[in-house]
Amino acid sequence: MRKKPRVGEKVVVGIIWTAAVLVLAVLAAIIVYILVKGLPQLSWEFLTQIPRNMGRAGGISSTIVGTLLVTAVAIVIAVPFGVGTAFYLAEYTKEGIITRIIRFSAESLAGIPSIVYGLFGFIFFVITLKMGYSVLSGGLTLAIMILPTIIRTAEEAIRTVPNSYRETSYSLGATKWQTIIKTVFPSSLPGIVNGIILSVGRCVAETAAVMLTAGSILRMPKSLGDSSRTMAVHFFILASEDISMEKAYGTAALLILLIFLINVVANILVNRFAAKRR
Amino acid sequence: MDAKIVIKDFNLYYGKKQAIEGFNLSIPRNEIFSLFGPAGSGITSLLRAMNRLSDLTPDLRVEGDILLDGKSIFAPDLSMTALRRRVGMVFDVPTPLPLSIFENIAYGPRLQSKKSKAALQDIAEQALRAAALWEDVKDRLQAPAMSLSGGQQQRLCIARVLALQPEVILLDRPCSGLDPISTAKIEESLIELKKNLTVVIAPHSTQQAGRIADRVAFMLLGKLIEDGTSEDVFMQPKDQRTNDYITGRFG
Repeated sequence: MRKKPRVGEKVVVGIIWTAAVLVLAVLAAIIVYILVKGLPQLSWEFLTQIPRNMGRAGGISSTIVGTLLVTAVAIVIAVPFGVGTAFYLAEYTKEGIITRIIRFSAESLAGIPSIVYGLFGFIFFVITLKMGYSVLSGGLTLAIMILPTIIRTAEEAIRTVPNSYRETSYSLGATKWQTIIKTVFPSSLPGIVNGIILSVGRCVAETAAVMLTAGSILRMPKSLGDSSRTMAVHFFILASEDISMEKAYGTAALLILLIFLINVVANILVNRFAAKRR
Repeated sequence: MDAKIVIKDFNLYYGKKQAIEGFNLSIPRNEIFSLFGPAGSGITSLLRAMNRLSDLTPDLRVEGDILLDGKSIFAPDLSMTALRRRVGMVFDVPTPLPLSIFENIAYGPRLQSKKSKAALQDIAEQALRAAALWEDVKDRLQAPAMSLSGGQQQRLCIARVLALQPEVILLDRPCSGLDPISTAKIEESLIELKKNLTVVIAPHSTQQAGRIADRVAFMLLGKLIEDGTSEDVFMQPKDQRTNDYITGRFG
């Protein structure tokens, strides 16, 4: 006979439920509040025009382009290095002093406040390498910032690939490289992409590090060497300098929608891929 | 006896622990050879050494030699990938890769060289027929391999090895966990296969060894106790330990 749950158990379950509901409620409240305030601001003009009068009028097109460019630079640079490091850690080395150093460095990097990355990027890329405030400086800084996340999520994804897949591949006459490319990589891809999506979200949302490295010029960036203001920075300046709360909410709403869109698209792509391999 | 594989003074260690001790054995060509014994006898270790999958295990060390057609498989100039194509392996649990049935079979042949779709289709059909799976799957080659039943998955794994056109096929308790009908199908195809290749199998029971093997070897705690034709070993075992094991009076 099954024992009846005791009162204490019921109380704990109740607390867990309350906690979950509270967290979700707060999240939902924030999103709903911003969307309610921001969505009415969205219009064709808002999406396609350059900000005028410091952002009081016009749209935010240049900041959208800036955000996408900075994020793209960061991802294009961080993903090959990050995924490469993860494969090195998971497939090519034995646990030892070197892997421990790499992993410890990555973990430590993950804990550093983004403003510190901003400062580093400012001193190293902007000043020392004379890149100035630019999309490139911002992207490189963000690349360093997201590297630990990409390494860790990719390494975990690779490690969850069953060892029997590797043995099977070897037993069919595959080399190590063929095994990794044809079996381990495709099997770990959904997990790797998850880490990348997480990183894209962080890039799009990052403010402090980008402001110090990509600058805050409102012009449309023409090249990677141009300075550009990202949406997050624009939002921060609009709100903190009391330029236009309406436009700030509009920007915030678009940021939320953009991150939502990236998540949905990436999920569809990963699911479609995973459905082929079962 | 025309030996396909000769094992000479073979020792195998996991770190300091010795798993196979002073092993000598000849495995004849075009026969089914069965290595049997209780769990922990070193049978899996020996099978994995025969196509050097054992190299993947860290801290594993071997002494002595294994000859394939008279040539050492531990020779420094030997191509590991070629060895594993010549000596195929089927594991105790079915290990389909997360691909379609067709892609599982094409995996090995594609690694060797570029092949046309038609050539791969031919290879797949032949391999699937030889493994007695063709009739089950001919209409759904693009279906995920994971959607097959356990017995079908194991026959797919056999077909996948056959697609490499190996000279030897090693099977490590291939029928453990399979129903009697699947087991019978696999046994039938093995008997058919020995015309063209050499089969080394760790059976999941002594009955299976008796049913299909031409020759058998009894292993205990990493040592060869006795070997011979299956009639000799099962009817008139020379060693008391073999007799005890066969009659179930063990331990």
